Amino acid sequence: MGSASLIVLMIAAIAFSGIAILLSKVVLKASTNKQKGEPYECGIPTTGKTWVQLNVGYYLFALIFLVFDVELVFLYPWAVVAKGMGWIALIEIVIFFFILFMGFLYAHKKGALKWI
Amino acid sequence: MWSLSKIANTIHEWLRTTFNSTLATILEMVLAGVAVISLFAILGLVLVIMERKVSAWMQIRLGPNRVGPKGMLQSLADTVKLLVKEGLTPNGADKFLFNLAPFIAMMVAMLLMAPIAFAKDFQLWDLNIGVLYISAVSSIMVISILMAGWSSNNKYSLMGAMRSGAQIVSYELSAGLSILSIVVLTGSLQVSEIIQSQSNGWWIFKGHIPAIISFVIFMIAVTAETNRAPFDLAEAESELTAGFHTEYSGMKFALFFLAEYVNVFIVCAIGATVFLGGWMPFHIGSWEGFNHLMDFIPSSIWFFGKTFFLIFLIMWFRWSFPRLRIDQLLNLEWKYLLPISMVNLLLMTAIAILGWYF
Repeated sequence: MGSASLIVLMIAAIAFSGIAILLSKVVLKASTNKQKGEPYECGIPTTGKTWVQLNVGYYLFALIFLVFDVELVFLYPWAVVAKGMGWIALIEIVIFFFILFMGFLYAHKKGALKWI
Repeated sequence: MWSLSKIANTIHEWLRTTFNSTLATILEMVLAGVAVISLFAILGLVLVIMERKVSAWMQIRLGPNRVGPKGMLQSLADTVKLLVKEGLTPNGADKFLFNLAPFIAMMVAMLLMAPIAFAKDFQLWDLNIGVLYISAVSSIMVISILMAGWSSNNKYSLMGAMRSGAQIVSYELSAGLSILSIVVLTGSLQVSEIIQSQSNGWWIFKGHIPAIISFVIFMIAVTAETNRAPFDLAEAESELTAGFHTEYSGMKFALFFLAEYVNVFIVCAIGATVFLGGWMPFHIGSWEGFNHLMDFIPSSIWFFGKTFFLIFLIMWFRWSFPRLRIDQLLNLEWKYLLPISMVNLLLMTAIAILGWYF
């Protein structure tokens, strides 16, 4: 079907979710009371702000991920031609991985992979 | 012998001869959309009942057995129940993002259907960078989860979303690397060519030991990527009630649930395509008689059989391993799976260059 299928799928997804939500709104008999809109915290009223500071570890992992994800993007074109190129492809990727691995070791040494 | 591609071609020919070309194209698009939506709905219903039946079977109990024959209509009844539930929005929530998140989850799951070959020549879009497309689109999934968790105005949701974000982005790397090790052998990112290259045997058998290692890593990584036990930290029910979709109810919750199950199907379909030959029947080298016999089973049955076998494996994981802690989870990925898959990729390249694969 070609690239038009993406538009079809996008419209299908929006239509499916939209119709489902609308249908449930039509079928529903809603009532309101004071407690209905409170955030669920196992029965206890929630205290303080919700958007609190979280462990910095999450962000560190996201940063390291960024490095490796860019590396993965470079690997896709390499993987397609690797078999035809022969040994030179392997040597090049070993050098590439070595440099990358140094960065990984640095992050590890600095304690970025340690969960506090 | 019936085949899905023949049916599709017959419909295509009939539409072209009966209507003019513009109308025929529009009708085809509508038909494709309806087909994908019904596949979605059926998949959701089947996978939910399968999950419950497999869980029951693993725990030596009966599982749902009241609604319909042997409880097979249970998930349909659940859908009706979810339809008449009210969709609540908590006070102080970011309403726009809160309502947008289920749409994005559905959209990602739907878009991932495009390059999957359901049967011989039966594919929505056979683009030449299929594998790259899959890994690119599937990483949008994390945005919908973060959006849902952040906008809910609930601490459980936020923590679930943060965990899920760290987990999904980490495990994406080893899933991508393990698929790449097969791409090295095939020399193509196109899904149809990857399947075609397995016509004399599947890569998991042909590709020596590294193929088996990458298959194992792939299965672990996709289990984590789809937030399933033992990696279901994002919605650990004993810690975070329901994680990122704690505040969702009614149809919006159902959409998240559906998207999650369809994602499980899609990652298993990708695993079946790359490692187990997709719709390609089980062939052994040059055994003509055996190969011919296997060809009699329709290709769609091969594809769905392999996919559901992998889904069964993932459900089996759930009842075999206890849940990991977040630091253990990230350690497993960064200190074991990622280095192993990098070395594995190098090994696979050496094997591909030496021509040691079959």
